[in-house]
Amino acid sequence: MSALRVLVGCKRVIDYAVKIRVKPDKTGVVTDGVKHSMNPFDEIAIEEAVRLKEKKIASEVIAVSCGPQQCQETLRTALAMGADRAIHVDIDSKDYETLQPIHVSKFLAKLAQDEKADIVIVGKQAIDDDCNQTGQMTAALLDWPQATFASKVEKNNGDLTVIREIDGGLETIKVKLPAILTADLRLNEPRYATLPNIMKAKKKPMAKKTPSDLGVDVASRQEIVSVEDPPVREAGQKVESVEELVTKLKDSGLV
Amino acid sequence: MHKSAQILPLCQRALASKTFGINISPRLSSLISRYRSTATATVEDNVTTAQTEVKKKAEIKPKETKSFAMNLFRGRVMSDEVFPYPEVLTNEQKEMLQALIDPTAKFFEEQNDALKNDALEKVEDHVMEGLKALGAFGLQVPEELGGVGLSNTQYARLVEIVGSHDLGVGITLGAHQSIGFKGILLFGTPEQKAQYLPKLASGENMAAYCLTEPASGSDAASAKCRAELSPDGKHFILNGSKLWISNGGLAEIFTVFAQTPVKDEKTGETKDKLSAFIVERSFGGVSNGPPEKKMGIKASNTAEVYFEDCPIPVENVLGEVGGGFKVAMNVLNNGRFGMAAALSGTMNYCIQKAIEHASQRTQFKKKLSDFGSIQEKIARMVMVQYVTESMAYMLSANMDQGATEFQIEAAISKVYASEAAWFCADEAVQILGGMGYMRDCGLERVVRDLRIFRIFEGTNEILRLLVALTGMNHAGEHLRQLQKALENPLANVGTLFGAAGTRAKRMAGMSTGLSLTQYVHKDLTTSADQTAKAIENFGFTVEDLLTKYKKNIINEQFILNRVSDSAIDIYAMVCVLSRASRSLSNGLESAKHESTICQVFCDEASQKIEKNLKLTHSAGSLKNYKQLAQISSDVMENNGTIQEHPLGF
Repeated sequence: MSALRVLVGCKRVIDYAVKIRVKPDKTGVVTDGVKHSMNPFDEIAIEEAVRLKEKKIASEVIAVSCGPQQCQETLRTALAMGADRAIHVDIDSKDYETLQPIHVSKFLAKLAQDEKADIVIVGKQAIDDDCNQTGQMTAALLDWPQATFASKVEKNNGDLTVIREIDGGLETIKVKLPAILTADLRLNEPRYATLPNIMKAKKKPMAKKTPSDLGVDVASRQEIVSVEDPPVREAGQKVESVEELVTKLKDSGLV
Repeated sequence: MHKSAQILPLCQRALASKTFGINISPRLSSLISRYRSTATATVEDNVTTAQTEVKKKAEIKPKETKSFAMNLFRGRVMSDEVFPYPEVLTNEQKEMLQALIDPTAKFFEEQNDALKNDALEKVEDHVMEGLKALGAFGLQVPEELGGVGLSNTQYARLVEIVGSHDLGVGITLGAHQSIGFKGILLFGTPEQKAQYLPKLASGENMAAYCLTEPASGSDAASAKCRAELSPDGKHFILNGSKLWISNGGLAEIFTVFAQTPVKDEKTGETKDKLSAFIVERSFGGVSNGPPEKKMGIKASNTAEVYFEDCPIPVENVLGEVGGGFKVAMNVLNNGRFGMAAALSGTMNYCIQKAIEHASQRTQFKKKLSDFGSIQEKIARMVMVQYVTESMAYMLSANMDQGATEFQIEAAISKVYASEAAWFCADEAVQILGGMGYMRDCGLERVVRDLRIFRIFEGTNEILRLLVALTGMNHAGEHLRQLQKALENPLANVGTLFGAAGTRAKRMAGMSTGLSLTQYVHKDLTTSADQTAKAIENFGFTVEDLLTKYKKNIINEQFILNRVSDSAIDIYAMVCVLSRASRSLSNGLESAKHESTICQVFCDEASQKIEKNLKLTHSAGSLKNYKQLAQISSDVMENNGTIQEHPLGF
């Protein structure tokens, strides 16, 4: 089998270090002027793809991001890490507010077919909505096998041997290609994009597509009713003795 | 030696027709004027005799320059470089820079531990490898030679990040690329660049700049290291040692300055002149001492470097044989903007630490930030940071625009930045109190790291003299032209009319009409007027001093320092005026804040300038300087303090 083509989903999310603030009108969180970066699990996905290329298992790595114009910055990072080219699926900011994993899965499935991808890798979930759906849905749409929560990937003959992180341990499975992988935290440690590579990334090709180019309807089927801050934790109290603790617990009807 | 360069032409106040050829005391003057000629990158015939040089100079029209600071000494405003606040980055360069900022910051946040580096007295190995992989060793090396190819402004922005995290790492990187191999970038032949830059950019080879010697510090031209041509003419044989060389123990490539005998083609005389060389450790005869134990920037390697019969191929001369001083000064001159940028990052760190503490610490049932004493400290820290940042990016932009005569501006920014950062760090420690004094807080290390910045790469004392004397030299040349015009008044009506008008107005106590209001936002009119007044006052003071002291001004360091401080303050005022105006005109969210900073800064600076300029000539202050000198020489003579102990024994 000839070298593989790998498609990787890279979501632009609010940076993990940023303190999230809810908009005053409770329609969402504040994103303007807030630092964004690539979803950390997607960084792991890109890293894995680039390593497959370095091991000559993959021939080409294509990074995809779906969202507003600024997603191109995220894609530049992916290119700087070693992806060969990028596809930006341009979604206007209004549609993006209600964009769901099902839409992204449809984009990825269509692109996987158009680009003749052999492997699609995405992060197991995004750190903003924690959906953990895109990889699985893409597999379903394409009717490809899926290996989710991967912590190790190896190619044996025509198949991939994937170690998956499951509750209480690890599971080793074999999937036939083409396949969908979702990256778990321990799959690898993503490299830093180096400054010279960031400069070079600027010259790598980036294609732009619209939802209609890919035949995907992104009209919203749901409405955001309210986004709330987590309740503020109340201050604790110090007790001097066990007796006092028991009394207090009894008084508040907890024991 | 080098008498040719020691001419500081002057003119008398009443435009008397007498020229003053001034022999300024040997070395310092040669530093000043050679510095100047090097920085302008004019190729001067270095080997003419003093006499012909004097004659030649008298015939040359004084140079016109776009440098704001140079013209300041003539009491003139040359606005080209400073108004409006320069914007040099193209959209593409901006985007590129934005893409580089996060990865650089992330690297320092996640990988580098400044306190650990400080304790280990070296940059941790994995950090060093990470920095090399990141590309941090070749930021300004062209892309085709393996570097990142950054402009000065882009470089400044990244160095600011380094400065806010770890000055020890900053010096390691700076000693490598800001001075270590900067000579190759600026003066190297295409062959030298191709041979050395790729491995330097990748960090495979580290570089060091070797100028200072045990007996040659500020007086760089007095170096003792010698390189003599081998009998077969293929090598220079280098002998001598260099002191306190950053990266001295790590470097593979050294830029070394040494005396070489140079024959004057006209007179046949042979004199020693500095030449610059690219020396590889592998040439043989290169060794180094152990890492020095230092007060700060401990993570940076500092060592003595020895050269013993080190053979340097003649192709490795950097620039021309005998042109080493020019290389040495140009390298330093070109590196200073980076220091201002790095230190504005350091100041940001200090401010951050201070406001975190002041907003959380409660005493007497109030937050620290509610106390006036703390408010003033924080405000002043913020002001000097704003000034430094404005200077750093003004300078880097001017350099990117192709300015060549920025030596005064560069010296000012180094002096200002190093003192402002020291102030900021010191006040941050004060605000944090005992907490700030503790090692784990981080500020203690910053204070130690910062102390060297007032010392190295030209002490602030030398740079203050450089600012005053370079500027006064320029002003003197123009005054002399005026005086020459007077010898033939009819042919030079225009020159004289303008000058006479200015002087007449001044004598009548009127403003000469100098104004900055056309360049600044209307909200800052008062600040602009204060600055214009200071510039006018400054120009007159310089003229008076030149008239009064003539050749002896060089010996009046008490006075020169006041002149220099005023020049620094005026340049600072102009930088913030220009930047705050731009922010107001562009409607930035921070414009009002910036405008407030600008107003306070200009108001206080204008008072300080007025005072300093008065101190250059008032009878009281002149008497004080005499007495201060007397006190000092008394104690020197006595080898210690003289007064009887209050207890009598």
